[in-house]
Amino acid sequence: MEKMINIYLFGKKYEVPAGLTIMNAMEYAGYQLLRGCGCRNGFCGACATIYRIKDKQELHACLACQTEVEEGMYVATLPFFPLVKQIYNIEEIKPTEQIMMQLYPEIYSCIGCNACTKACTQELSVMQYIAHAQRGEYEKCAELSFDCVMCGVCSSRCPAGISHPQVAMLARRLNGKYIAPECGHLADRVNEINDGAFTSLIEDLMQKPVEELKELYNTREIEK
Amino acid sequence: MYKIDKYNELAKIVAEKRPANAALEPRRMTAEEKDTLLETFHPDYKKGEFTVLTAGQNKGEKVPTQLADLLQGHSRISADDVDLSNPDYDTDVLIIGGGGAGSSAAIEADEAGVKAMIVTKLRIGDANTMMAEGGIQAADKPNDSPAVHYLDAFGGGHFAAKPELLEKLVTKAPEAIQWLNNLGVEFDKEADGTMITTHGGGTSRKRMHAAKDYSGAEIMRTLRDEVLNRGIPVVDFTAAIEIILDKDGKAAGAVLMNMETKQLLVARAKTVVIATGGAGRLHYQGFPTSNHYGATADGLVLGYRVGAKLLYADTLQYHPTGAAYPEQIFGALVTEKVRSLGAKLINIDGEAFMHPLETRDVTAASIIRECSERGKGIETEQGVGVWLDTPMIEYKNGEGTIEKRIPAMMRMFGKYGIDIRKEPILVYPTLHYQNGGLDITPDGMTGVENLFAAGEVVGGIHGRNRLMGNSLLDVIVFGRNAGIHAAAKAKETAQPQGLTLEHIKKFDAELNEAGIETDTVSPKLLPNYARKA
Repeated sequence: MEKMINIYLFGKKYEVPAGLTIMNAMEYAGYQLLRGCGCRNGFCGACATIYRIKDKQELHACLACQTEVEEGMYVATLPFFPLVKQIYNIEEIKPTEQIMMQLYPEIYSCIGCNACTKACTQELSVMQYIAHAQRGEYEKCAELSFDCVMCGVCSSRCPAGISHPQVAMLARRLNGKYIAPECGHLADRVNEINDGAFTSLIEDLMQKPVEELKELYNTREIEK
Repeated sequence: MYKIDKYNELAKIVAEKRPANAALEPRRMTAEEKDTLLETFHPDYKKGEFTVLTAGQNKGEKVPTQLADLLQGHSRISADDVDLSNPDYDTDVLIIGGGGAGSSAAIEADEAGVKAMIVTKLRIGDANTMMAEGGIQAADKPNDSPAVHYLDAFGGGHFAAKPELLEKLVTKAPEAIQWLNNLGVEFDKEADGTMITTHGGGTSRKRMHAAKDYSGAEIMRTLRDEVLNRGIPVVDFTAAIEIILDKDGKAAGAVLMNMETKQLLVARAKTVVIATGGAGRLHYQGFPTSNHYGATADGLVLGYRVGAKLLYADTLQYHPTGAAYPEQIFGALVTEKVRSLGAKLINIDGEAFMHPLETRDVTAASIIRECSERGKGIETEQGVGVWLDTPMIEYKNGEGTIEKRIPAMMRMFGKYGIDIRKEPILVYPTLHYQNGGLDITPDGMTGVENLFAAGEVVGGIHGRNRLMGNSLLDVIVFGRNAGIHAAAKAKETAQPQGLTLEHIKKFDAELNEAGIETDTVSPKLLPNYARKA
């Protein structure tokens, strides 16, 4: 007999087996999920959830698909949060300090409460990456925010109304496009292909009988 | 530490033999050994799990039984349920699906100057693309070439890929990486800009590009951001449930259903792109899956009902390393990159029983053999598994490698008290990818005029097995390709006339004629996981 525990989904009590994730527990309780469920593997941020354990003060945030139920857990899912995403043309903007000021000026209203960091479902240093964004240090902002799943819980806790995941998204795109070193061999290869350097090699392969291709495949040299 | 002592005890054997196993280079199997192994142990060869279709374009061919049921199911609507003369949406290119392929198609269609629109039953980015961890292939290093990439993929797919599709995949690969990089995708690079690349199963050159082990997530969120920047309309929580044809039998839009209110809507379009992804949530043969919640083969059903042909719909990919423990993440993907970085597969006796970088089908079959015929698996609450010796990564490459290169894996197991830097993990194959799907031309069009397809819903690019990193690549290359050609076709197409859903009756008649009696309605849209009290 599996051990059963009590949880409260939107305040209503359900008895569910211990060991389930919050998401599985909701389904066990009979919910057919529509919102608040995406990849079910911790990558998409669809299942942001807040909870509090009965009689305890602290408010927790998590991903429902990645978190085990606990006795006395009061659960409220946050399937959508109105983040502000500014529109920009990545080809026209530059990785200057001004661009953040233009697009997301509210980051300079950060009061340093650190509620975003405490709430992050991925345990990222959210307030710190916002500080880097304020200073135009997009490489650092990108690095610290890299594992962000854009669930929006940080923003739900922010007294300054910052949309942290969107700020970080901009920083990562600036970093990936303009700041990270350019890849020489990639550009070279694209040019070679456009010049037709491999056309005959591939056409030759495409026309070979399967038996010959099998031989080539089974004896090909494999890089160590 | 594992909560179950048995695992901690067994893990000690793995630790003891780690130095010897790390030094070992297990032999690769011969072609004959692989063939025998697959025939005996790969799920694709289990005859009882397949049904021969008796209606539609692929009549006479076998597909997984659950898929046959949906393909030969009834529409969710009848033609009288909607008024096609007064569309709710009018666009040039209608894209069904908001994953990597759909988003890439939308960006290219927009770039071409036509009106594009995305409909998706969940949110944009709720897709298998988001969950691709390990990386994306492209032959862009000096010791590599698109021809070598072609041979790796063609052989790995059992020489069954459509050559003209595979040619496009490999020759457009470097450009795809460049396109993504220019959009701001952060690939792992050396200080001088050289791409950090690794092997995947079945590759003969190190051409796996990655963004840590969030490769797909990094690509997907960037594509999503770009779609939004371009102001391309995204109608979310809205599923396409039937393709609409025009009086000449060309695709001319889709009937949509609001997932929350069930309201039916009509979208008229000059061309349609099906980019609905895979089918893991159909749980073929009872396997768990690494796929996202909406992977229910909808696009195959939509296309099949209007007369598009499928190719290789009988072949699925079981990723060798799904999590076998703990139960909370049962079936979740453990990226192949773990093996690319040096972790080996180990049985209960501590033996490295195979080369860790054979192709996925061979590796999965080998793990199944180890756990069944050979009885060398480790029993778990959900079934059985083998060890994947993750600490071997740092044993070989030094401390810090795991946190830097596979942080998502470290986090996923860390939540359940398992430190993958110190403890090996338990894995077993999980349903991962639909090798087959809609048959397309190199321009991305299905057998139905003006109906395009891109991404996992397509069959034939990879043959009967797919290499790691060729799916993210396929999604980008063929997503862009479909967007470009669907836009070009839309430009030369007049406003569609005589919209009709006659195909529903026609298909029902065919079911009737074949003697198929079924209550199934399709597409399925979402799995049913709610427990019935």
